[in-house]
Amino acid sequence: MDTKEKDTKDPISRREFLKIVGIGAATTTAALATGCRPGGRSAGAGASAGEVPTDRMTCRENPKNGERVSLLGYGCMRWPTLPAPGGDGNVIDQDAVNSLIDYAIAHGVNYFDTSPVYVQGWSEKSTGLALKRHPREKFLVATKLSNFSNFTRENSMAMYRQSFEDLQVDYIDYYLLHSIGNGGIKTFRARYIDNGMLDFLIGERAAGRIRNLGFSFHGTQAVFDEVLAMHERVHWDFVQIQLNYVDWHHASGNNVPAEYLYGELEKRGIPAIIMEPLLGGRLSKVPDHIATRLKERRPESSVASWAFRFAGSPEKVLTVLSGMTYMEHLQDNLRTYSPLVPLTDDERQFLFDTAVLMKQYPTIPCNDCKYCMPCPYGIDIPAVLLHYNKCVNEGNVPRDGEDPGYRAARRAFLVGYDRSVPRLRQASHCIGCGQCNPHCPQSIDIPKQLRRIDAFVEQLKQGTL
Amino acid sequence: MLRKIRIALAALFFAGITLLFLDFSGTLHAWLGWMAKIQLLPALLALNVGVVAGLVILTLLFGRVYCSVICPLGVMQDVVSWISGRRPKHHYRFRYSRALTWLRYTMLVVFVAMLLAGFGTLLAPYSAYGRIVSNLLAPVWQGVNNLLAAAAERLDSYAFYSVDVWVKSLSTLAVAVVTFVVVAWLAWRNGRTWCNTVCPVGTVLGFLSRFSLFRPEIDRSKCNGCKLCARSCKASCIDAVNHSIDYSRCVACMDCLEVCRQGAIRYTRRRQEPVAAGSAATPATTGDTAADASRRSFLGLAGVFAFTALRAQEKKVDGGLAPILDKKIPARATPLVPPGAQNLRRFLSHCTACQLCVSVCPNQVLRPSGALERLMKPEMSYERGYCRPECAKCAEVCPTDAIRLADLTEKASTQIGHAVWVRANCVVVNDGVQCTNCERHCPTGAIRLVPLDASDPHSLRIPAVDEERCIGCGACENLCPARPFSAIYVEGHERHRLI
Repeated sequence: MDTKEKDTKDPISRREFLKIVGIGAATTTAALATGCRPGGRSAGAGASAGEVPTDRMTCRENPKNGERVSLLGYGCMRWPTLPAPGGDGNVIDQDAVNSLIDYAIAHGVNYFDTSPVYVQGWSEKSTGLALKRHPREKFLVATKLSNFSNFTRENSMAMYRQSFEDLQVDYIDYYLLHSIGNGGIKTFRARYIDNGMLDFLIGERAAGRIRNLGFSFHGTQAVFDEVLAMHERVHWDFVQIQLNYVDWHHASGNNVPAEYLYGELEKRGIPAIIMEPLLGGRLSKVPDHIATRLKERRPESSVASWAFRFAGSPEKVLTVLSGMTYMEHLQDNLRTYSPLVPLTDDERQFLFDTAVLMKQYPTIPCNDCKYCMPCPYGIDIPAVLLHYNKCVNEGNVPRDGEDPGYRAARRAFLVGYDRSVPRLRQASHCIGCGQCNPHCPQSIDIPKQLRRIDAFVEQLKQGTL
Repeated sequence: MLRKIRIALAALFFAGITLLFLDFSGTLHAWLGWMAKIQLLPALLALNVGVVAGLVILTLLFGRVYCSVICPLGVMQDVVSWISGRRPKHHYRFRYSRALTWLRYTMLVVFVAMLLAGFGTLLAPYSAYGRIVSNLLAPVWQGVNNLLAAAAERLDSYAFYSVDVWVKSLSTLAVAVVTFVVVAWLAWRNGRTWCNTVCPVGTVLGFLSRFSLFRPEIDRSKCNGCKLCARSCKASCIDAVNHSIDYSRCVACMDCLEVCRQGAIRYTRRRQEPVAAGSAATPATTGDTAADASRRSFLGLAGVFAFTALRAQEKKVDGGLAPILDKKIPARATPLVPPGAQNLRRFLSHCTACQLCVSVCPNQVLRPSGALERLMKPEMSYERGYCRPECAKCAEVCPTDAIRLADLTEKASTQIGHAVWVRANCVVVNDGVQCTNCERHCPTGAIRLVPLDASDPHSLRIPAVDEERCIGCGACENLCPARPFSAIYVEGHERHRLI
């Protein structure tokens, strides 16, 4: 994602300026956390370069209790990692997390979404450490019951209790049944109904240890309908769905179009929390001519800002989650939502047209969530798929040897492949055991895609394309 | 002028041959490959009559120009000697010494004997230089390349790519170091001592150069006996007192021509009849090296196969990379040599262990052998890569014809070995998962999958090798997920054949 330049006349460089702002903000946050104050919204020129406003974050109201939630929510799935794990085995760069969270809170973000399984299991602990340095009432924390591999009540209870410990909190603001729909309704029943966990969690909500209970959804429509039908009994406080301008009409794999998901929630007055607004970066790293198309409309806005404006525009959206690894991404998103300039109907249509154009590119719908990892045979699955997507977007996937620019594209693909993925972790080493497939929320047939890429690489290497 | 021409040509050849050993991209060989092929010993072994005849005629016409221009080890010594001579008071540091003819011919006989026994390559000048460059200089070159690749990556440029730097054989590295130290030390002290006592090529060419048509001649009438020529002669072959030159040692470097202030030395047609020649000796090339390399000691699963699949955890977390153990070299009863070697015996008798093929192999397959009977000669192994179908680099560069391929089709149909399945290592058996990687990557369809349990057609399938169709390329061995020992490995064949 690129950030924009506006004030080129400024005597101090933008980067230095931001650094100063960042440090200043970080040092004052403890005392002056802004959070989402009522009336914090003020008229502004919209997202543009320069200073990141600290008091203009658009907020939405939770209809249940009236609390204000920042439209930008922090996804804690992509924290920056260390080159090698620290002494306690933690793979996360805690200093970087601290400064990102401080900066986010100083600029009005108050929603943090994590899970026991994120970032090799270290996300809750790191997020908890960073949040502990702020007053509890300044942030809302969301985590999940991620009992994917062991459905027993004992294991699920242990996971629930551990979250309080790792996050260092005595109540959780938003608690989710994690990734409903993966594995169909049978798996849902095994994970939450048969072991009595859902009833237990409803009890915990009554006891105040869970303030809002909901679920996140990936999968087929039948499961969504059935779980939503339980609303009468369970009363879901919110539902987390995948929504972006591509998925609105054209959800990939088994996924349900976001138009339907959001529509059903709107009908029932259930607030929606948005995940994958950017499809793991696929809506910021777009094919060259798509980027040009977006830039022509708004030259000073980032490509990503379009996706965030789309996800934030529907009124029933409580917050839009973004897993921001880099300060530049955080700043760009803060600008987009401080305050949000809702999409016009014309702009919406423009994005739908863009989605149709994007569908013509044979990218693989991988969002780099790493749920498939670690592959027991050492393949770096997301890295392989992302390299392929990058080459598709940059026009480095030649169709045949007669293509103009074939040699340059071939070199870019092969040299880039070795750079992005160590040889031993490339697609040629996939044995096709398929252990990854059940974990993919986008229902990608991973071994099939890896074989296709491997066959393509062989054609390039052997010159038989 | 003649000296300058000699230096320019020598620099050209020296740089060209050095680059041949350094260039891992394989682009230079199309242009400069001939420089390796006109080296005397490789040409002899390749039975390249044209080149050998050309070199003989060259020497009979102009003396040992070969030693001063074409031979990279000779030029390397000149470089070392030149640096040594730059020291204060060392400019004229040589003096005439009598020829140690007995030593030279003894060394030649020793060399021929060693060649027959399979060790002759230790002394062969071009191969010795090749080992020095590929073992000592190439890692530095590759290191610099990798730095550039890292820079290019930052700039999003694909101009450079990173390559693996690894010690391919400790024994070869040791030989290269010793050779370099000995040759450089001799050159530092006495110029061309190596060439005129040890080097077999020098001895043979020295025998011929005694009869050369053109040679430096001292004009007694002009000589004032200052001995500058003798003191600047790196071959120590000018007897200034007697106004005679030992043409068997003169490498036609032309240094004396320019150093003589009286203009008494001229490179010109011979005037007198040479002294009668001694016994002629040419190295025999048809060695019958009995490579009895039967080490019947294959331990299919020596060591641990500690590759365990992830056990079901309480919590399957996202992300992270499973560790990958390095592959270990399986014990092969018969060594694997590249397609085009035809058979082990022929291959070993032609190869001079110059390391050119090892240097260019883009798949990290070739490495010098550590076994005594094929010391430093290349053999194949598949821990780092396999013999890929689109590549015939080793055959393209081989100057001795030890590896000879007509085209890629010949390579694709040459059986150099066959794959052997090792049940105890296979992940299908050990992890209970379906793996099809060897079958999927076999270029000849020699691997088919059969049920693990013969009575249950729906059980997991294991690979079965059709030995007749297998060519031994090693794709299966390299891509096998079992580590450190692959569950399928290639056993070499003594005689290759077309299938």
